[in-house]
Amino acid sequence: MKTLKTKLAIALMAAGLSFSAAAADITVAYDADPVSLDPHEQLSGGTLQMSHMLFDPLVRFTKDFDFEGRIAEKWERVNDTTFRFHLRKGVKFHSGNQLTADDVVWTFNRLQSSVDFKNVFSPYEKMTKVDDYTVEIVSSEPYPLVLQTATYIFPMDKKFYTGKTDGKDKSEIVKHGSSYASTHVSGTGPFTVASREQGVKVVFERFNDYWDKKSPGNVDKLTLVPIKEDATRVAALLSGDVDMIHPVAPNDQKRVKNAKNVDLVTVSGTRIITFQMNQNSNPALKDVRVRQAIVHAINNDAIVKKIMKGFGTTAGQQGPAGYSGYDADLVPRYDLKKAKQLMKDAGYEKGFKLSMMAPNNRYVNDAKIAQATASMLSKIGIKVDLKTMPKAQYWPEFDLCAADMMMIGWHSDTEDSANFSEFLTMTRDEETGRGAYNCGQYSNAEVDKLVNSANAETDTAKRGVMLQRVENILYEEAAFVPLHWQDLAWGAKSNLQIDPIVNALNFPYFGDLVVK
Amino acid sequence: MFTFLIKRLFQALVVMFVISLVAFSIQDNLGDPLRELVGQSVSEDERQALRDELGLNDPYMTKYSRFLVNALQGDLGTSYFFKRPAAEVIFDKLQATLELVFGAAVIIVFVSIPLGVYSAIHPKSAITKLIMAVSSIGISVPVFLTAIMLMYIFSIELNWLPSYGRGETVNVMGWETGFLTMDGFLHLILPSISLASIMLPLFIRLVRSEMLEALSSEYVKFAKAKGLSLNKIYYVHALKNTMLPVITVGGVQIGTMIAYTILTETVFQWPGTGFLFLEAINRVDTPLITAYVIFVGLIFVVTNTIVDLLYGFVNPTVNITGKG
Repeated sequence: MKTLKTKLAIALMAAGLSFSAAAADITVAYDADPVSLDPHEQLSGGTLQMSHMLFDPLVRFTKDFDFEGRIAEKWERVNDTTFRFHLRKGVKFHSGNQLTADDVVWTFNRLQSSVDFKNVFSPYEKMTKVDDYTVEIVSSEPYPLVLQTATYIFPMDKKFYTGKTDGKDKSEIVKHGSSYASTHVSGTGPFTVASREQGVKVVFERFNDYWDKKSPGNVDKLTLVPIKEDATRVAALLSGDVDMIHPVAPNDQKRVKNAKNVDLVTVSGTRIITFQMNQNSNPALKDVRVRQAIVHAINNDAIVKKIMKGFGTTAGQQGPAGYSGYDADLVPRYDLKKAKQLMKDAGYEKGFKLSMMAPNNRYVNDAKIAQATASMLSKIGIKVDLKTMPKAQYWPEFDLCAADMMMIGWHSDTEDSANFSEFLTMTRDEETGRGAYNCGQYSNAEVDKLVNSANAETDTAKRGVMLQRVENILYEEAAFVPLHWQDLAWGAKSNLQIDPIVNALNFPYFGDLVVK
Repeated sequence: MFTFLIKRLFQALVVMFVISLVAFSIQDNLGDPLRELVGQSVSEDERQALRDELGLNDPYMTKYSRFLVNALQGDLGTSYFFKRPAAEVIFDKLQATLELVFGAAVIIVFVSIPLGVYSAIHPKSAITKLIMAVSSIGISVPVFLTAIMLMYIFSIELNWLPSYGRGETVNVMGWETGFLTMDGFLHLILPSISLASIMLPLFIRLVRSEMLEALSSEYVKFAKAKGLSLNKIYYVHALKNTMLPVITVGGVQIGTMIAYTILTETVFQWPGTGFLFLEAINRVDTPLITAYVIFVGLIFVVTNTIVDLLYGFVNPTVNITGKG
């Protein structure tokens, strides 16, 4: 048999069919495939994962939330409101066009007109071209998160997307219905799209003229397939049908870890899972002692250990370690005795009733977490009327803040802890959109002020102190119930060196993937 | 015959109208499609503008009459996710589903008839008892369990068969088929067995009981008395009469199978209509959901009509014109 194989190999080589040793052809299974090839159509994890394959951002995050230059080589702050980027020379688009400052400015303007992305870019007035390889971004007020937002600027090929096709503008962003940009793409990224069958597979091929010659990546062809069922995805990896999978459900992680020639790689994530306590719908929750009692009655550790199988990091605040504003002292505070005492102090010794809602297919083990929380609360006399439902039905209920306690998970689009407060804990304000997901109806003028001034503070150290103060106030007032940050997990064959390319942001840098 | 068809057509229209009404009314309870279309930081104003643009804020009657007018012109709406006409998406995915159903039907026919006939002829043999026992277990095991067990044994442990998807397909006159490539064929085996496993016990029992009835009938006794060979009695005379009810049930069940491939397709990530439907519900892709419900209604109406017609051909004493 062995000699036959050798003979075959020799025959193949002779026929010129053998591939060079370095090139690799891999299949990756995710739980979903990208909605559209237009990077500005929908702000979602899927879109950003795709953008990092077909495009390159000005700068990107490293594993520990630092920045590394991609299309931008260098950058500097000119003054409080102006920030300058020096672009890399000799970068080619897939179409063959050369990248210049015009493409970057054009992309920036398109981002500002995108329904999904305009919010991220709302602090900016404009971007201007200084020369062919320099651009300046100008904010209306001093703005500290320029580099964070620059990770969203994936320069698009202006010439490629300009003009008309079938009477429609090629650059048009269409949310529903088709557009040129949703099916055609020209970026600067390490891969091009060879073929795409939505919901079945996307085939990526290495871009020969990729600018980053130093990248160690040797993947020539990458096929991305969506596999919805957790069990099937794991089976596909274990049977060798695919080379890498994500996500790996907590229940399957042991199996993947113990399997031969397959590795499990986990990274502590940044998505916080919380419960909000609605002070308007249930008067008991207005009392800070009751809210504290609830927070003290919930055993985060048990939830992470038993339900999440260790696949999470227990949380006492909104932002995870590594974000500015993180305070290591704000730890989970499970203490049943104290919780009971607090209930007694607040005059609820006999307990009370409250309603709770949670989705059952949005976050990892969401419904089970809600059930566990309800039974933990029963120990301090709180009778929970729990309803769980699919996310499609859950979000309309969430919009109405339909229950006294509602579950919500949040990932900060700017990888910065101010973003959590802006959406979850600042006072609801229809006009500014602040507190848009604040179903706790929590409102504290000091928190509002601190977050707003932090967002205008360009000194990172000072800003960090302000955001820390915010986390402390929220902790003391038990503004919400922090549960945990969800971890991220990938499974891959051992010859794929995925550890260096995966990160907490969940954008694996496939361009740099080395396959042995 | 002609009046029968006209009558049927009229009935079908009424049925389809009712289905469209039901399919359309549930739309509002499926969730908010906007959630799946926009990111978390999009403001309420922007959401409302998009809702207006999609016509989601119109009153029910406006929405429904718009839908009906378009539907009569063959336009069932545009899928939010695929960005293509919903009917087109369903027809694209239908090829995969039909191949899966065909694979399952072949297994059912070639397994249930021999086993059913054998167990009727030898009601006391040990093999018959085994067949009956296994088939009653089969009927009570849910299909996703069967599917996952098959996958575990044949994909992970033995590594003989692929675990997901359709594999390589070839285009034959506009039809993407997996039957003509080795890879595509291997991919068909496990999903087909899983899908067949739901119906197989039912058909074995059906064939067996029909055959038993035939064997106890007067003409079989007469044929035996006449001295005909047993094989001829069993396989020519009795089997023929056994097949009539089997065809009726089979026809209706094939329609059911096309509509209920959801679980099998989901487990095997089979890119067919069942999986498409489940995904559409998760994404609140309402135009696609409505189109699929109408499509399934259509399949049932059509298969029932065909079965009634076939019945007439197989048994000329059935007078279809007299039937409502």
